[in-house]
Amino acid sequence: MAESAAASTQELERAALDSLAAAKSETELEDWRIAYLGRRGELSVRLRSVGSLPAEQRREAGASLNRLKSRLTTAFDEAVQTASQSGRETAPLDAIDITLPGRRSKLGGLHPSEMMMREILEVFNDMGFQTVEGPIVELEKYNFDMLNVPPDHPARDLQDTLWIDRKSRDKVLLRTQTSPMQIRTMEKQKPPVRIVSPGLCFRHEATDATHEWQFHQVEGLAVDEGVTMSDLKGTLYEFTRRIFGTQRKIRFRCDYFPFVEPGVDVSVDWNGRWVEIMGAGMVHPKVLEGVGYDSSKYTGFAFGMGPERIAMLRYNIEDIRHFFSNDLRFLSQF
Amino acid sequence: MKIPLSWLREYVDVNIDVDELAHRLTMAGNEVDSIERFGHTDNVAVGKVLRVGPHPNADRLKLVQVDDGEGVHEVVCGAPNVAEGQKIAYASIGAELFDPYSDEPGKTRRLRRSKIRGVESSGMVCSEKELGIGDDHDGIIVLPESAVVGTPIGDVIGDAVLDIELTPNRPDCLGVVGVARDVAALTGETLRFPSLEYETDGPNVDELAKVTVVDGDLSPRYLGAVIRNVKIGPSPQWLQERLLAIGERPINNIVDATNFVMFELGQPLHAFDYDKVVDRHVIVRRATQGEILTTLDGVDRKLDTESLLIADPERGIGLAGIMGGENTEISETTDNIFLESANFNPQNNRRTAGMLGMRSEATLRFEKGLRAGLAEVAIKRCLRIILEVAGGEVAPGLIDEWPGKGSEQEYVDLTRDHISRVMGVEYPIEQVKSTLNALGFEIETLNQNIGDGWRVAIPYWRSDIAIPEDLVEELARIIGYDDLPATVVAGRVPSWEPGAKHLFRQRVVDALTAVGMRQTITYAAIADELEEKAPPPPPRPGSDGVADGIKLDNPVSGQHATLRRSLRAPTLESAARNTRTWRGPVALFETGLVFASNPDPDEALPLQNERLTGVLTGPRNDTLWGRDTDNFDFYDAKGAVEHVLESLGIDAQFIPLEDATYAQGMAAEVVTNDRRGTPIGTIGVVDTAIWERFDAESEGAVMFELDMEALRSIVGDKTRADNYAPYPRYPDSQRDLALVADAGVHVGDAIRICEQNRLVKSASVFDVYEGGGVGEGKKSIGIRVIYQSDSRTLTSEQVSRAEEQILRRLEHELGVTLRN
Repeated sequence: MAESAAASTQELERAALDSLAAAKSETELEDWRIAYLGRRGELSVRLRSVGSLPAEQRREAGASLNRLKSRLTTAFDEAVQTASQSGRETAPLDAIDITLPGRRSKLGGLHPSEMMMREILEVFNDMGFQTVEGPIVELEKYNFDMLNVPPDHPARDLQDTLWIDRKSRDKVLLRTQTSPMQIRTMEKQKPPVRIVSPGLCFRHEATDATHEWQFHQVEGLAVDEGVTMSDLKGTLYEFTRRIFGTQRKIRFRCDYFPFVEPGVDVSVDWNGRWVEIMGAGMVHPKVLEGVGYDSSKYTGFAFGMGPERIAMLRYNIEDIRHFFSNDLRFLSQF
Repeated sequence: MKIPLSWLREYVDVNIDVDELAHRLTMAGNEVDSIERFGHTDNVAVGKVLRVGPHPNADRLKLVQVDDGEGVHEVVCGAPNVAEGQKIAYASIGAELFDPYSDEPGKTRRLRRSKIRGVESSGMVCSEKELGIGDDHDGIIVLPESAVVGTPIGDVIGDAVLDIELTPNRPDCLGVVGVARDVAALTGETLRFPSLEYETDGPNVDELAKVTVVDGDLSPRYLGAVIRNVKIGPSPQWLQERLLAIGERPINNIVDATNFVMFELGQPLHAFDYDKVVDRHVIVRRATQGEILTTLDGVDRKLDTESLLIADPERGIGLAGIMGGENTEISETTDNIFLESANFNPQNNRRTAGMLGMRSEATLRFEKGLRAGLAEVAIKRCLRIILEVAGGEVAPGLIDEWPGKGSEQEYVDLTRDHISRVMGVEYPIEQVKSTLNALGFEIETLNQNIGDGWRVAIPYWRSDIAIPEDLVEELARIIGYDDLPATVVAGRVPSWEPGAKHLFRQRVVDALTAVGMRQTITYAAIADELEEKAPPPPPRPGSDGVADGIKLDNPVSGQHATLRRSLRAPTLESAARNTRTWRGPVALFETGLVFASNPDPDEALPLQNERLTGVLTGPRNDTLWGRDTDNFDFYDAKGAVEHVLESLGIDAQFIPLEDATYAQGMAAEVVTNDRRGTPIGTIGVVDTAIWERFDAESEGAVMFELDMEALRSIVGDKTRADNYAPYPRYPDSQRDLALVADAGVHVGDAIRICEQNRLVKSASVFDVYEGGGVGEGKKSIGIRVIYQSDSRTLTSEQVSRAEEQILRRLEHELGVTLRN
């Protein structure tokens, strides 16, 4: 009896595997599952009948049937897997035309100067410098006098001025730099001061590939007790790393700007050469005294840079005149 | 300032190559713009003539054996002056030499191995002309005996001219000695200061001339000397060469001598024809109003009362520190000279030169401020040079009127604390002392009561040293910044000030770029003709100032003559220009300041308010697939505005607007949807005639404007939503209304009626249609209404009742009925 039971289990297995091999479609497979593994399927029926066997055979027969069930279940899972794969294989790969353009909303964009300025400002904002803005049409005293550039000073030759009204009592001009915001801020605020000031500036200059009479500048100023030239170097080093890449080096060389002393010119190593990117220095004591700061107590540094010049470096733009041409063939690249 | 290396070497040894020298000068603040080289030719070196023998086939040619340090070469040479034992310039094969026979100036030829009359010549012995250092081609250059065989020729006969772009604070470097002093400090060499010694003869200068300084405030020091019996003529070769090397034209030996000293020491001097000075009496005074002086260049200069004049008792004889007078000019017949070396007020000098439009080499120096001590050194130097180049007798003594004596700062106290306070590092004491000494500063240890440091005397050549920071810069620029540590700003972070304009602007700008618009930036000053193409909106009483445009005194061109009053014309122009080169949608906006005269007469600055203008023109989509091919219309502009308003959390309404830039009946004013109804912008279809003025290739354009100042004050510091509201937990029901209305009915009014029902959550238009199927003068409107309650699930009956209420109001108030 035991042998015949074993034999019939083997037959059942053979028959089941044969018909499984024949089942191709999902329905056939499902029919097979019901026939063999279902609640009323062959195996279940046999398992239920184990109870009717003599006690000494029950254990062996039950175990044998359960092993078969496990083998058939595995075979079924594999068959389902194979079937679904062969189904994908027969489906075409270009059921839809994926080369048709996506249905998308149009992408607008920032002007490259604005984009560059945002990036620059973010670096300094992160270091605790707050962004402030000021007027474009400015008083002479803020643009020059209080920045240690009195009238008839040769340093005025460094920045040719566009005047709005040269003759009035308070001479009015288009600011030649964003530095007036140093003065306006310090007049209102006691140290510590840490600001960056972006905006348009203007100079009476002939326009060519590297000169525009209108351009942006970002000015920075930090004043407090204990602010040093080394702090300026560290601050600008961090700026350079974030704007130009972590491997970049910076270099200071002596330069002259009337409102700083010592003054430096800052260069970044760019493809093997040093490129000047900004002017900077320690705020001149006269500038601090002019706004009522005690220059024996406070020191500060200031820097100024041109976002267009930096964008030109970064994006390899050959002509500054592109910036205000507002040509979509240029703008759309940013 | 041009600095020839050969001239520089008079005062300092230069043992580094020119590029390195230029680099060090640049790092120290004297930026070398360019280096012009002369006489440097690759493959040409010092050679020695070992033997000169006859050429077998030509009488006029010789065979010359030359040792160039690497070997002995046989060269065919036709120069009559070649001789054994000479040091000569030997060019080996491959040298690029100037072609002495070419008519084309600067034409060069590469030297090849060749046979000359049957004998092979391996190289050439060069003439001046072949090396490009002169015109002589009659013979070869014979070098001094001391020249070392094998040395590149440029190191022996060559020169380099450094063009230094000087900063306004360093007039001392407008003299070669000043640059030499920096070079000495930078390279550890010693400065050789030129000699000031000269011999005197005859009566004392006081017996020969008199100087009266009337206006000592403008002429703090005035020195004079007299040289008698000079011989006027051309300068000797060396002096002419010095001047030619820096691009100055030699004139005569006296003028050249004064110019030479100016370029050597930085002090301008002037020589008068002594015999033409009336009474030999020089008077330094302010001119009278309208007084006329004819300057050396033959121009009549009309002076004012602030112009400083050099005069004699009868007339002006020179414009102080700017240019001499024609009436006392040195001429061929001049025998005796009055030499002036003075110190003039820099601001006054610059003012007068500016007023007269004269930028002389003298002004370039005086306007930057020179110290009185320099004038004395320079006049002595100049007397020595004049004696050398023009002969004569210098009268003993100097006239020295010095009304400003004692008014100059003499020293600066520099403490070690101050250095580290500025730099963030301490320099070793010895380094500080040696650096200052190398720059020629005399220092002594500071009295302990004042601090740990030095009292530093300000030398006569430095007018830019006044405060300790100036000396700190001297140290830093010579020591260099490369070793300076990079630290971060320590200490307090300033408190944050709310209401930053740029953050608000970012929200608006980002809302517009998100709907596919591109930001532009145009010029703040524009042509009047451009502004007139699309006139700015009429000013609102009291708020926008006077309507006139503000003109620039000195615009760069007529294209940028007036500050813009609005962004309309510039933005329309940008858009129109792009329609000619860009096939896709053109959707541009700019945010920037517009300008108006200030109604408050006490305010010097004009009103500068921020506005935003957007223009959309051309096709709405650039990809046609799956998209409509329509052009932008009013509702695209309105959508952009609504997008901005939504992102700012502003509720607005749109009311009809009359504005000449917009087409009549196709424009709206945007006002806040509250009792105040604050105006915040406009939207409209651009008037056809106005759009045509911009020569666009698209058929029309829509535009919108936002008052950024108004928006910012409405938004204040608030974020988008005032308060969070729990979203409804009960399901909504959606019903569509198909309506018929008179064509003149505003859909917005129908929507408002729907939304005013208390069970309605929202209502939106899904279709508006006029034409076939709808009666004449009628339109059909499709409105989707969402009903929802916060407190319960609405029953079908409740929704139907609400819908009936809505329909009753629509019919009663707007005559709108359900479509059958």
